[in-house]
Amino acid sequence: MNNFKQNLLKKRYNAERRFQWYGKIAIGLALSFLAVFMFQIFSKGYSAFQKTWIVTEVHYDKELLLIDAESPSKDDLENADYYDVAYKAMTSLDPRLTEEEDRQLIQMVSYKYETEVKDLLLKNPDYLGKIVPIKLTASDDVDQVHKGNYPRDIPEKNRRVNDYQLQIYDMLNERGDILSEFNISFFTSPDSREAELAGIASSFMGTVFSILVCLAFSFPVAVLAAIYLEEFAPKNKFTDFIEVNINNLAAVPSIVFGLLGLGVLLAVFNLPRSTPLVGGITLSLMTLPTIIIAARASLKAVPPSIREAALAMGASNMQTTMHHTVPLSMPGTLSGTIIGLAQALGETAPLILIGMVAFVNTIPGTPVDPAASLPVQIYIWSESAERGFVEKVSACIMVLLAFLILMNLAAQIVRHKFEKKWS
Amino acid sequence: MSKIKAENVNVYYGSKQALFDVSIDIAEKEVTALIGPSGCGKSTFLRCLNRMNDVIEICRVEGSIKMDNLELNSRKLDVVRLRESVGMVFQKPNPFPKTIYENVAYGPTIHGIAQSKEEMDQIVETSLKKAALWNEVKDRLDEIGTGLSGGQQQRLCIARAISVSPEVILMDEPCSALDPIATAQIEELIDDLKKEVTIVIVTHSMSQAARVSQKTGFFHLGKLIEFGPTDKIFKNPDNQQTQDYITGRFG
Repeated sequence: MNNFKQNLLKKRYNAERRFQWYGKIAIGLALSFLAVFMFQIFSKGYSAFQKTWIVTEVHYDKELLLIDAESPSKDDLENADYYDVAYKAMTSLDPRLTEEEDRQLIQMVSYKYETEVKDLLLKNPDYLGKIVPIKLTASDDVDQVHKGNYPRDIPEKNRRVNDYQLQIYDMLNERGDILSEFNISFFTSPDSREAELAGIASSFMGTVFSILVCLAFSFPVAVLAAIYLEEFAPKNKFTDFIEVNINNLAAVPSIVFGLLGLGVLLAVFNLPRSTPLVGGITLSLMTLPTIIIAARASLKAVPPSIREAALAMGASNMQTTMHHTVPLSMPGTLSGTIIGLAQALGETAPLILIGMVAFVNTIPGTPVDPAASLPVQIYIWSESAERGFVEKVSACIMVLLAFLILMNLAAQIVRHKFEKKWS
Repeated sequence: MSKIKAENVNVYYGSKQALFDVSIDIAEKEVTALIGPSGCGKSTFLRCLNRMNDVIEICRVEGSIKMDNLELNSRKLDVVRLRESVGMVFQKPNPFPKTIYENVAYGPTIHGIAQSKEEMDQIVETSLKKAALWNEVKDRLDEIGTGLSGGQQQRLCIARAISVSPEVILMDEPCSALDPIATAQIEELIDDLKKEVTIVIVTHSMSQAARVSQKTGFFHLGKLIEFGPTDKIFKNPDNQQTQDYITGRFG
C-alpha cells in the first residue's frame, strides 16, 4: 500500500470517529437539558407532596357548642356552633395572648380550621365534652416556614410571618406538635384560593373526561376517514386536495381550534361552557389529523401481497379491508391514537378559549360538569403569587408528566402486543 | 377442449401498451406454461384471467377473454364469482398472518361453501392433503401460517386456492422464491392437480415449463410469438425468436 492510499484510509477513519463524537455530543446536550428541566421541577415540586399540620387540643364544650340536648343527635352536632370551640383550640396555644395576637394565631392555620374541628366531632361523636388532640392544616405561610422555603433572617416587615408567629412556631416545633405528612389532599381536593388547601382532583378528573370524550369522537371518525381515503377513494385531484388539507390541519396552531370550539360548540350548539365535553370535542379536532395520518401510514404499510391474496380468493374490497388490512394496521393506528391523545393531554390554549380556565372548586362527576384540566391548572397556579402555589405548579407538572409517560408506555405495549400476534 | 379463449387482447398501462393482440386457447385440465423474458407481458396476461388488473387503476384491458363462453372482460362480470372459480398463486408466498386453519378456511367462509364446522374441517383437510401439506401441519393447524418455511407457505397458498374448488388455477412464478427441493414438491403437486383443474403457469425456468406443461406460449415484448404443444416449442419451434430464447441466446 502506498502512502497516498494509507493517508486516505486514515482520513476516512478519522472522519468516522469525528462524526460519532458529534452524535454523542448532541445526545449529551439533549440529555443534560432534560436533566436540568427534571431537576428544576423535582427540586421545586417535591415539597408539595408534604403537608404541614399543627397539633393542638380542642375541648368540645357542650356549652360553647350551644348544644342543649342530653344525648344530641347527628343533626344537633351538625348544626352546633363551632366558632368558639375552634377559636379556643387555637388561642389555647398561648395563654398570655393579647387581643392583637389571637388574630395572628388564627392566621397560622387554614381558614377552614373551623370545619376541621367540626368534622372531627362528626366522625367521633363520643368526643363531645372531652378534650382531645386535633390536627389542623397549617396555613400556607407556616407550611413554607416549616419546609424552609422562607428565609427567617430578614427584617420583620419584609416577612409574611411575623416574630410572634415564628415564636409560636418554634415552640410548637420543639414540642413536636408540627407534623409533616404525605399530602393526600393534594390529590383529593379541588382547586382553592388558599395554597395549603388547593388540590388537583378537579383538574385531574377534567383531564380524564376530556381525553375520553376526545377519544370517543376522534378515533372512529379518523379511522373511518383513513380507511376510506386509503382503501376505497379514487385517486384524483379532489382526494389529493383532501390529503393536502389533512396535512395542513395537523399544522394548524391549537388556539385556532379553541376559537372554533368557542364559535361553533358554545355559540351555535349552546353546549355547556367550561365542561370536559366541549373541551374533549375541541381537542378531538386537533387529534383528528394526527390519527388520520398515523392510520393511513399504517394501512399503507400493510404489504400489498396480503391484499392481492384476499382479492384473488374472491373477497370483496370491503372484506379485504376489514378482514385483513385493518387488523394488520391496528397496532400502528392505536399507537398513533395514543400519541395524538398525549398531545391533546398537554394542550392548554384551546381549553382556555372554551372556558375551562374557570376556577372550579368542585370535583366533576360527569363530562358535562364544569372542570379545569391539568395543563390549565398549571397555568392558573403559575399566575398566583404565593410561594405555596409555586411548588404546586411543579407538583402538577410532575403529575402531568407521569400521565404522559404512562400513555406513551401504553402506546408501546399496545404496539408490541398486537405486532407479536401477527408475525 | 378449450377452457379459456382469449382473442385480440390488448392491455395498456396508461399510455404504454403492454400486450399486443394476444390470442390464445387454453385447454381444459392441462397445464399451460407461459414463458418469456422479464417484462414481456406474461404476468399481465395471467392477471387478465382473474381480473386482478382491476386493482391497478391505470390499467386498461381490451379484447375478448371467454371462459366457457362467459365473457371475462366485461363490466357486468361479477369479479367475486369469477375469482371463486379462478384461483391464483403468487410469486412470493403470501399466506395471511393468521393460523394455518384460518388460511385455508378463509375462501370457503366468505363464499359460504361449508354449512357446518365438520364440513369446514373436512374442506381444510382435503385441501391440505391435495396440496401435500397435511402430514406436515396436521398437528399444528392453529399455528400462524407465516411461521412455515417458504416451500410450506407456498403449498399453503395452493391449499388456500384449491379450498374453493376452482376450475382454473393461475400460478405466477410460484417457485421463483423456493429452493430446488420445494420446487420439485410444487411441480409434483401441479402434476396431480391437473387431473381436476386447468392450470396456467407463468415461469422463468424453461426446464420447469418443459417438465410440467402440455402447452407452452412464448411471449416477447408484449406479443405472443408462438404457442403450441410443449414438446414442439422446445424441440422444434417454428419461430426463430423462440428458438433463440429457449437455447439461451437472449432473455
